[in-house]
Amino acid sequence: MNFTVNGHSTYCYTGGKAFDAAKPTILFIHGVLNDHSVWILQTRYLANHGWNVLALDLPGHCRSAGDPPATVEEAADFVIALMQAAGLEKAVLVGHSFGSLIALETAGRVPDRVSQLVLVGTAFPMPVSPALLEASQQEPLRALEMINIFSRSTLAPPPSAMGPGTWVYGASMALGRRVLASNPKVNVFHAGFKACDSYTHGEEAMAQVSCPVLFVLGEVDQMTHPKAAQGLIAKARNAKVVVLPGGHNQMNETPEPMLQALVGFLDLTGHKFKP
Amino acid sequence: MPGYADPSFDTLALHAGAAPDATGARAVPIHLTTSFVFESSDHAASLFNLERAGHVYSRISNPTNAVLEQRVSALEGGIGAITTASGQAALHLSIATLMGAGAHIVASTALYGGSQNLLHYTLRRFGIETTFVKPGDIDGWRAAVRPNTKLFFGETVGNPGLDVLDIATVSAIAHEAGVPLLVDSTLTSPWLIKPFDHGADLVYHSATKFLSGHGTVIGGIVVDGGRFDWDRSGKFPELTEPYAGFHNMVFSEESTVGAFLLRARREGLRDFGACMSPHSAWLILQGIETLSLRMERHMGNTRKVVEFLAGHEFVSRVGHPLLESHPSHALAQKLLPRGAGSVFSFDLKGSRAQGKKFVETLKIFSHLANVGDCRSLVIHPASTTHFRMNDEALAAGGIGQGTIRLSIGLEDPDDLIDDLKRALKAAEKVTGVAA
Repeated sequence: MNFTVNGHSTYCYTGGKAFDAAKPTILFIHGVLNDHSVWILQTRYLANHGWNVLALDLPGHCRSAGDPPATVEEAADFVIALMQAAGLEKAVLVGHSFGSLIALETAGRVPDRVSQLVLVGTAFPMPVSPALLEASQQEPLRALEMINIFSRSTLAPPPSAMGPGTWVYGASMALGRRVLASNPKVNVFHAGFKACDSYTHGEEAMAQVSCPVLFVLGEVDQMTHPKAAQGLIAKARNAKVVVLPGGHNQMNETPEPMLQALVGFLDLTGHKFKP
Repeated sequence: MPGYADPSFDTLALHAGAAPDATGARAVPIHLTTSFVFESSDHAASLFNLERAGHVYSRISNPTNAVLEQRVSALEGGIGAITTASGQAALHLSIATLMGAGAHIVASTALYGGSQNLLHYTLRRFGIETTFVKPGDIDGWRAAVRPNTKLFFGETVGNPGLDVLDIATVSAIAHEAGVPLLVDSTLTSPWLIKPFDHGADLVYHSATKFLSGHGTVIGGIVVDGGRFDWDRSGKFPELTEPYAGFHNMVFSEESTVGAFLLRARREGLRDFGACMSPHSAWLILQGIETLSLRMERHMGNTRKVVEFLAGHEFVSRVGHPLLESHPSHALAQKLLPRGAGSVFSFDLKGSRAQGKKFVETLKIFSHLANVGDCRSLVIHPASTTHFRMNDEALAAGGIGQGTIRLSIGLEDPDDLIDDLKRALKAAEKVTGVAA
């Protein structure tokens, strides 16, 4: 479904169910060169188990219009505006990688409107090497290959978002190419990386967060190694940490453990599931 | 598998899609089971509703088949694949997923006889029409497009004339028309060419041939490159609008790059049911493990046999792009630097009876209807694989009444040449028989 946010059409995938404001809402925020479709398994499950799901495409990405956010702070403003447009007083925020920083910054700005925070494949700071930052601008397709190699943890991924027979590496490469091509004006790859690299407000934001926080980290994640999340974990008032046996593609290389981590956390923090 | 580089072709051919399982089995196990136990009613419902990924019933998916699907996807540079009962089933699944009655296909004239038959006769009965265009007739591809065109289709190298498809040019015309290019890469395998790198959108194989390589199994596979934007095209409501046959799912919303595969599996395998047996998948996996080794030998042997035939006085034509005389020579040098395949045809300077004698005299070459075996094979296309085609269609496909097709195997090339020498001599001696 589409919302008008800051005058631009914003697409949110709803997990195959109609949006129902009466249900609790969980909002998913993707990372660099991703879109809503990386969350398909988790979102469809939640949408069919009592939740309102909104998995957004960030502005200037795929189905959403507008300028892509240049900073994490700008993206957080957008998320707050989206919650406003959707009439959400409160929501669970789930973010992956760049999206985790956006979720964190949003939760820090409007702590009363975030009931739970889930940070997947997160790190703070989230520096991007100068070589990769430059490659994302000068040779984005080569840089895309680099990040997918760094993100991958296995040559034998289990049945994934598109079902059995999915070659996750190839699917991630294809999605990256599609997202990049979806914005002919702005290199959303470089813009996203720059936003990650320049974000300095993470610890201050976490200090403002009052809700329970789940960290979902990949044991062999080369993009955001679990060590790089320890500072944020230490700052969180009510943190739970789950380390999955995979890399940076938590949603697609370890889809079941990812779902179980999410469901377990939501159950633990007050939202009981109805099978 | 964290690392600094993407594994090479040879590594992927052995490892993509498979890792030791809970039993410790190093080779890929054959999961010969029709169905898979649900953990709970909720788990069952979630699997059926695509909320969780897993196997339900082997017509739709199976762990052994999934290894093969991932492996061929990896080798082709695709996003995923679907195994099918045969190469023809893969072609049918591709077409049936993308269109229904009233649609139109533009296809190369240089096709395997069964594919030509499917398009020219069988699909016409179901309301899908095809316009055939010579693969090198670039203006012809463009001119054949109609408002209801939904697909371009050709073979990497046409069977059996080995007309090389200019994939980049033909795919560009297809994309201008808002439709994908489907390529049959059976005769080349990903070792010789990766059609996605040149602009193809969907690739399929008769895995019966080079992928398996041992002549023991029938199977097919279709791979999606994930590059075609179905929404942008606007010509595929099958993928971009709610499908009442599956929870009103909009496949292109569910998966930005994988809409085709979602529908093909959820509808095509479910309803048409042309799935692959896990045992067949396992046999094909055994073949793929040695694909690069075999292809290298196939190409080496082919070079020697082509050179021999081209220099033989009783041979009027050798149809292999290795030769400068072949119309696709220059294109093959560019697109297929490792070789244009080991299946090719040649013409004897003689009568049909002499051709028959030639085939019957061969001892190492087996006379049968297959290609891409590790053993060398021979056939007379006009009376077998392409027998339903009239003279005009045969000529359009570069096939004469006296054309002989060879599939060069992995034997010692000197033995193959000896066999051919003997058969050519026997054929030359045939006299007094009407042509």
